[in-house]
Amino acid sequence: MTALLVAVGAMAGAPLRLLVTRLAARSHHDPALGTLAVNVAGSAVLGVLLGLGSAPSWVLALVGTGFCGTLTTFSAFGADVVRLVEERAVGRALAYVTASLVLGLAAAAAGCALAR
Amino acid sequence: MAYLLAALGGALGALARWGVAEALPRSPGGWPWATLLVNLGGCLLIGVLTGVLAARRPEPAWARPFLAVGVLGGYTTYSAFAVEAVLLADRGAVVLAAGYVLASVLGGVLAVVAGVRAVRGRAR
Repeated sequence: MTALLVAVGAMAGAPLRLLVTRLAARSHHDPALGTLAVNVAGSAVLGVLLGLGSAPSWVLALVGTGFCGTLTTFSAFGADVVRLVEERAVGRALAYVTASLVLGLAAAAAGCALAR
Repeated sequence: MAYLLAALGGALGALARWGVAEALPRSPGGWPWATLLVNLGGCLLIGVLTGVLAARRPEPAWARPFLAVGVLGGYTTYSAFAVEAVLLADRGAVVLAAGYVLASVLGGVLAVVAGVRAVRGRAR
């Protein structure tokens, strides 16, 4: 049952991440900006969910592990950083890492604080 | 079509991530081994995939939406990483939290590079 919930949440999260990175690319931004957006948004939602401390286990599996876990990505984040460095855009790579950390951790903290 | 491939791959990746988390013992407030393991492993694999696709032009149309966006995007996660770091710091383990952030980011980037180089080394 838990596996099914994780899979259903993931089947919403992954296409949504693809849509956001495509929208970023279409509006002539780096697709990394789309990755940044989903990573920050997903961290905020998971922060709220875990901050509640009393969410039912099916919600944690569906929304937490499935949707938030899959909406956000670490592999694309790492690959974006390496690609930017290889394109000799080291400043942008550093800005991307900094923004991901500052905004992502702040979103997670804000979500937790809001839910408590 | 790309969205369907991403959804299917994402479900497979998420199930694998959930499986790893279930298999590893968890200690509340301890070092988040499961997330670190999937994130570093996923970064290594996206490096390998990047190297393989760079050597295969034109690349198959299904590969990026299914494998990169779906499977590896779903296998790795940023939200759990961020919330775990915040919860560690919140419990007063600030040094542990900082170490977790550093290990994830530095380790992730190095894993991508190692993956790409492993493929390039083989291609030569």
